[in-house]
Amino acid sequence: MGKIVRKEPLAEGVVLLEIEAERVARSAQVGQFVVLMPYETSERIPISLHNWDRDKGTIEIVFQVVGRTTNELASLEVGEEPYALLGPLGKPLELHKYGLVVCIGGGLGIPPIYNIARGLREAGNKVISIIGARTASLLILEERIRSVSDKLIVCTDDGSYGEKGFVTDVLRKLLEGNKIDLVIAIGPVPMMEAVANLTRPFEIKTIVSLNPLMLDATGMCGVCRVKVGGETKFACVDGPKFDAHQVDFADLKRRLAMYKEEERRALEEWKARI
Amino acid sequence: MEGKDIEKRTPVPERPVEERIRDFGEVSLGYSKEEAIKEAKRCLGCRRPLCVEGCPVGVEIPAFIERIKEGDFKGALRKIKEKNLLPSICGRVCPSEYQCESKCVLGRLGAPISIGALERAASDYGEEEEEEMDAPPKPKRVAVIGSGPAGLTCAAELARDGIEVFVFEALHQLGGVLRYGIPSFRLPRNVIDRQIQRLKDMGVRMEGNVLVGRTIPFSDLRTKEGFDAVFIATGAGLPQLLGIKGENLEGVYSANEFLTRVNLMRADLFPQYGTPIKRGKKVAVIGGGNVAMDSARVALRLGAEEVYIVYRRTEEEMPARKVEIEHAKEEGIRFLYLLAPLEIRGNEEKELICRKMRLSDELDESGRRKVSPTEETISLPVDVVVVAIGQRPNPLIPSLEPRLARGRKGEILVDEEMRTSLEGVWAGGDIASGAATVILAMGMAKKAAQSIKKYLGVSSRE
Repeated sequence: MGKIVRKEPLAEGVVLLEIEAERVARSAQVGQFVVLMPYETSERIPISLHNWDRDKGTIEIVFQVVGRTTNELASLEVGEEPYALLGPLGKPLELHKYGLVVCIGGGLGIPPIYNIARGLREAGNKVISIIGARTASLLILEERIRSVSDKLIVCTDDGSYGEKGFVTDVLRKLLEGNKIDLVIAIGPVPMMEAVANLTRPFEIKTIVSLNPLMLDATGMCGVCRVKVGGETKFACVDGPKFDAHQVDFADLKRRLAMYKEEERRALEEWKARI
Repeated sequence: MEGKDIEKRTPVPERPVEERIRDFGEVSLGYSKEEAIKEAKRCLGCRRPLCVEGCPVGVEIPAFIERIKEGDFKGALRKIKEKNLLPSICGRVCPSEYQCESKCVLGRLGAPISIGALERAASDYGEEEEEEMDAPPKPKRVAVIGSGPAGLTCAAELARDGIEVFVFEALHQLGGVLRYGIPSFRLPRNVIDRQIQRLKDMGVRMEGNVLVGRTIPFSDLRTKEGFDAVFIATGAGLPQLLGIKGENLEGVYSANEFLTRVNLMRADLFPQYGTPIKRGKKVAVIGGGNVAMDSARVALRLGAEEVYIVYRRTEEEMPARKVEIEHAKEEGIRFLYLLAPLEIRGNEEKELICRKMRLSDELDESGRRKVSPTEETISLPVDVVVVAIGQRPNPLIPSLEPRLARGRKGEILVDEEMRTSLEGVWAGGDIASGAATVILAMGMAKKAAQSIKKYLGVSSRE
């Protein structure tokens, strides 16, 4: 239980881990996440589920190596076990037949889009997926997303691959001439905010998956509190998916930046140690 | 014993303030054997002991104290453990002044006997013996959800009678609120570790990183997972917030978050440990309970220059234990009364705006004097704010299992035997009561264990 069985670089600084986690795999539902601690001295960090295999009893996660904890996680090799793994967490996405659904993944928002698009398609929806990255070399999981979408549109900010522009540019074009019933967007906060602003005038139901700081991730500490429709919600248990048109993105951005300086120090300390 | 000696308590030695506020080591040093024997000799050994009535788990207090008088700490510990399997924890965190000690007849002469400190002495010197596991194993399996005081107590009571017990804990370390909530200067980590190891030695199986309701569906426990009974002890983990402007500013914490960062994640050792915490110079803790005192004293140990307790009533109404209030005062925590927070302003340097309150002679439903707002406000310059105004029952399992009847505050409703509305499912501790103390949780867990044994057709040793 807990062993890493596969470790695969997907792009520069982006790693896929397949981990033995029988119960998590058995219970996983669309749109959920796990909490990981690479070592006993690590922080607990939330990472979206990318995929799971109930027969094999494994889960797959994808993360970008940016701070201390993701560096620690990337230092674990096949055969090793992270110190702690808890999940699946969060409310699963409700799978209804909406009609035409657009699933948008930006950067590290692409991996969870995989199980979401798959789930929505199995529920009888027509799924158009849009995935985007800064540049071609950072674009991940294209074939996988294509395999669970009726149509896939790829874009890069610099035009080095697919259409040139942001995922919102692609979405804007789709909004003209298509009756879209649901939009799901996962990615950096400014991207999710831009999608929300874009679909608001069209009154299209739009769901975003929020990524605030978390600690226990079981509803106990409240660090992941976000303002949604003027109410305080805990992303770990009430979310992480919320109505994009109700989310206070400015508040989320402020809270995400809370430990910037500490995060830098923690990374330095770790680098000095290894 | 001389008449006047009987009126005076043997004081419990504590580490000097200047020393203890610099680390997270235990504040109370506990009695030496000699001091314990001296204090024990004050006990009158009442024939109808009122103290026992004041104990939620019914420890035979005069009987264990009698053994301490004779220097038989081992015997004293054995006596306590007939009723209470976590004496080293209860001896430290029980609010005994409101329970057993409040009933002690010596209280009328001067000071009641220090039952809590004697319980701790028994656990310190009584060198634990192997738990007598003479009960033959029974083909019955019980799932306990949560490894806090209620979960551990229920598990121990059942395991003692040969029942196979599995404890599921969501966090990566065992102990629940003992681990994430109570700071090590009140309850050292190795005391928790030892108690948990004893339970494992008794055959209790414990697993962390399992959130029942998510990792294992709750309804699977009695079906696919094959448990004959389930005890829910998931505690009061849901923090209450103030709902005031500025509550989402950086450096504003729920007490649960603040304490968990330090107690469980060791943010005091950042950056060796990865979890950070804002170390405020001026810290305001809002609330008047034990959790507020713990938060204030943790903030002090993290290096704060000034720590305020901001409370809307006065000291008399504070729900915290007297000894905790005294310890906090000794350590230099400043108590600001009759202030109700209105707003938090600013960024790194913040202002906590409070409305001044007035005390009235009317009593509220809890029997405490009511307060009413005045027109006056004050501004307190702070950089960290900790909100410690209470917790509510953990909502996860009840929200996923609508057949579990719930009360007004989200607590799971139970009958006098701690049975829930679901067949084969019991609940106890803060999930059933709201938010209370370790010993009350243990009392409920014992009751539940008796009822579970009856349901499973297993007779108790007692």
